[in-house]
Amino acid sequence: MIRLLELAGRPFIVAVEESGRIILLLISAITWMLRPPFRLRVIFKQMEFVGVNSIFVVLITGVFTGMVFALQSYYGFKMFGGESLVGATVALGVTRELGPVFTALMVTGRVGSAMTAELGTMKVTEQIDALHSMSVNPIQYLVMPRIVAAILMLPVLTIVSDFVGILGGYFVGVELLKINSGIFIAKIVEFVDLEDIFNGLIKAACFGLILSLIGCYKGIRTTGGAEGVGKATTQSVVLSSVTIFISDYFLTSFMF
Amino acid sequence: MDCIVLMIELIKVCKSFKGQKVLDNLDLKIEPEKITVIIGQSGGGKSVLLKHIMGLIKPDSGQVLVNGIDTSKLNDKELNEVRKIFGMLFQDAALFDSMTVGENVAFPLKEHTKLSKKEIDKIVEEKLLKVGLKNVTHKMPSELSGGMRKRVGLARAIALNPKIVLFDEPTTGLDPIMCESIDDLIINTQHHTNATFVIISHDIGSTFKIAHKVAVLYEGKIIKIGTPEEIRSSNNPVIKRFISRETEKACQT
Repeated sequence: MIRLLELAGRPFIVAVEESGRIILLLISAITWMLRPPFRLRVIFKQMEFVGVNSIFVVLITGVFTGMVFALQSYYGFKMFGGESLVGATVALGVTRELGPVFTALMVTGRVGSAMTAELGTMKVTEQIDALHSMSVNPIQYLVMPRIVAAILMLPVLTIVSDFVGILGGYFVGVELLKINSGIFIAKIVEFVDLEDIFNGLIKAACFGLILSLIGCYKGIRTTGGAEGVGKATTQSVVLSSVTIFISDYFLTSFMF
Repeated sequence: MDCIVLMIELIKVCKSFKGQKVLDNLDLKIEPEKITVIIGQSGGGKSVLLKHIMGLIKPDSGQVLVNGIDTSKLNDKELNEVRKIFGMLFQDAALFDSMTVGENVAFPLKEHTKLSKKEIDKIVEEKLLKVGLKNVTHKMPSELSGGMRKRVGLARAIALNPKIVLFDEPTTGLDPIMCESIDDLIINTQHHTNATFVIISHDIGSTFKIAHKVAVLYEGKIIKIGTPEEIRSSNNPVIKRFISRETEKACQT
């Protein structure tokens, strides 16, 4: 009986331990953000990797999200003659939710996975031990720059995604479905506040923290050779994505 | 320098992983400015022992003294200071594969000295030459053979002129000719730098060639430490079996 309880409780203990270790990693990364050397070169390099190199995939997802959203909401609004609200609906949905969340998910797939794979490989080939042996703290050299870069770049990518999302919505709504362009834009201006966009960007920064923190955590704890790196990468992407959705709900309920 | 300073000393070090004892009340004194080779079975805790000396792993109990300082009690910052007198060559060299060979060797210099780029480049060149490499500065580690990677790893390990250099199985995975040249490299480098070398190995042939002192690790303890001759003429059945079996294996391959 007791053994059964132990067996049932084990996953919870593991989960609690794991989240504790992730928080500890975060704390030590934050301490290293405040302590010199600040590693600006490494941070900029990571910002290029996280931000600049992700632009293309963010553009594509952003445009099509806006387009499909316009199309779907048009079908709904047409039933009661509310086509004029399509623009505002798309703009609100994109800036508050779809922009930040889809951007974060795409970046998780592209960058979070790469962080885990890279740090994981460094771990199993003893490169992280080598950093220790040369008196360089791996959290300061590897983890902190990645987290800083992701927190800074996710909002930037989200702005891009917001913008092209609304453009995509405009294209479908005005060009294809013949909604009046003046009304489309006027309703956006009427309903969307700066706060909507701003809160979306705060979310994006939080998602950036989540995906880079989990990506690095899974990376530096990798064991078991090439197979272990593969496993860690999968776990990192799944855990980041799920955490992004869960935290999205709570962030939304706090902010809006 | 009349009295001999004991640079590295391990006292009653215990370490277990998941309930399995790897090091069991291990005592070891390593003489300075000599090459000490620690031999033992694969998976017998040799790497763990080496990582204790470096402070990469902390013991469950016992002391690891480096220059009289117990490294197991230090925090990260203090440990980083102590580690600056160390260089380490890892089993697969552990070169940073996102950097060129030159950047790899320059890494510790950039981190811990205030030298200009020119001076660093000069030292890098010189260290690479010391390990017998020329015109490789701009290559990536993935373009090098196993033996060359180890050479670069050694160049990086000695970049800051460390007092202590640790080697994790320097000849594993290399062909016999390459093994021999690495052996020679180790002897020469030690001769030039006069640093303390600690090497873990299960390659008996190379051990007897390069060692000033040999320590035998068996079941988590150092069962004997002595000159190569003393180890070779030892009557201890475990040591005898280990030496004879390993030389047999070396003959077969």
